[in-house]
Amino acid sequence: MSEVLRVEKPGLFTTLQDLGRLNAMSAGVQTGGAMDRFAHRAANLLAGNDEGAATLECTLNGPTLVALRPCLVAITGADFDPHVNGVPAPMWTGVFLSEGDELSFAGRSWGARVYIAVAGGIAGDRWLGSSSTNLLAARGGMHGRLLAAGDVIAASGMPTGPAISGRQLGPGHRPPYSDHTLQTVVGPHARRLGSEGRRAFFGSAFKVSRDADRMGYRLEGPMLDASGDELLSFGLVAGAVQVPRSGQPILLMADHGTAGGYPVVATVAGAGMPVAAQLLPGDELSFSEISVDGALRLRAAQRAALDSLRR
Amino acid sequence: MPAQRSTTKVRTHALGDAALLAELGTRLDTALNTRAIALAAALKKRRDVRQAIAGYASVTVHFDPELVTHEALSAAIKRLASKRPPMAEPGRLHRIPVVYDGPDMEAVAAVLGLDAWKIVELHTRPIYRVFLVGFVPGWGYLGPLPEELELPRRQVPRTKVPAGSVAIAGRQTGIYPLATPGGWHLIGRTSVKLFLPDSDPPCLFRAGDRVKFFPTPA
Repeated sequence: MSEVLRVEKPGLFTTLQDLGRLNAMSAGVQTGGAMDRFAHRAANLLAGNDEGAATLECTLNGPTLVALRPCLVAITGADFDPHVNGVPAPMWTGVFLSEGDELSFAGRSWGARVYIAVAGGIAGDRWLGSSSTNLLAARGGMHGRLLAAGDVIAASGMPTGPAISGRQLGPGHRPPYSDHTLQTVVGPHARRLGSEGRRAFFGSAFKVSRDADRMGYRLEGPMLDASGDELLSFGLVAGAVQVPRSGQPILLMADHGTAGGYPVVATVAGAGMPVAAQLLPGDELSFSEISVDGALRLRAAQRAALDSLRR
Repeated sequence: MPAQRSTTKVRTHALGDAALLAELGTRLDTALNTRAIALAAALKKRRDVRQAIAGYASVTVHFDPELVTHEALSAAIKRLASKRPPMAEPGRLHRIPVVYDGPDMEAVAAVLGLDAWKIVELHTRPIYRVFLVGFVPGWGYLGPLPEELELPRRQVPRTKVPAGSVAIAGRQTGIYPLATPGGWHLIGRTSVKLFLPDSDPPCLFRAGDRVKFFPTPA
């Protein structure tokens, strides 16, 4: 391990995340991991890492970091206007920092979460097979807590792929972040909505409420009625849209509870989750129905976009 | 009903493009739960399955869509579920001491029309089954609770329930492993730790285990 960056300012809510701990679900431990996995994977590939290396996930604003030695970084996801030594720095691009260079963010122009990868991958506490931060259990990542001023970020190893300064993932290869229509597969309990409720679900705009975090987003919109017999609790997945008795749907995100008993009327396609991850309270979204095959085609297209960085 | 039915109908539903929900039934039933746990264990051995979580009477399967299609996996699930289920192994037995002085004890007693000692007697009588572990780290859904103690959830959930609280709702009982929000009725507390972050697995209960509560003085 070698020390790479010093944290001058941590940002509002910055955590270490990787692709999560799916294997810990049977203990009721949330999977966690990066909310926007496309941006997380792209940042790692641009920095020459495996896609599963840990990155910094920075919510609403970015940190200020100073390079302790020459290093390659990549910044992806939302646009918080990154600068190196006060000069605008490109996103979705490998950026070389010299010793003493300062990476900072001038302010948010769109989106919720920025990802910062460092060549070699960011070292963090491993817990149950992952370096992702779990704040509830206070484990993983940066000692189970948010990044703090004075923390030192170390690289956990050597890059496994090419780490090339100036290499970019073009806009055409990125998810359609400005289109807040989430492609959604019909869920196990969709029939409870009835045909009218289903039309309301797929035909209306919803707003992300203030009750929105890494666990999930409570949505505001037309009242939905998915009532019926009480369901026995079952295992849940990120992207599932639950409709509790209140009639206001909840979109489950990376830190969702592992089991629950509310009806699941739909599940956002894997390829739609990066867009969902960049939404903030007040943002509008809508759901459009897609077949499983259609969702798999979108997934394959995102896979190909990421694979273009391996060539 | 017979405990070893091997004709369970399985219904599979898509949960997006990389997960399936396989429903074995809709009843709170030990035999169905045993089958769900066995099916999850069998599915976890497959290379194309990334995780399989047993619910009360279902299995949620996370799979790699680059290795298997929904249709092929659904067919495999139905094949696995039609096999004769393994003999239900008695799970490990946990004996949990409880101080029955929960903040909802009086209200629960009033609503049920029972004395507090009777509630304690009823709650400590069965050997409960851990139907599933989930929701929050270390939480076990235990049951079935005696009918005499059946109550709907609280109208207004608490924003914070202390860790170790012993609670009831519907035909279920459980122990809050961490201080979290909660809508169940709190009838007691225990010093036993359910979430063990530095152990692997990081929880005391596993699906299929058995739990017996006994009263202990404050």
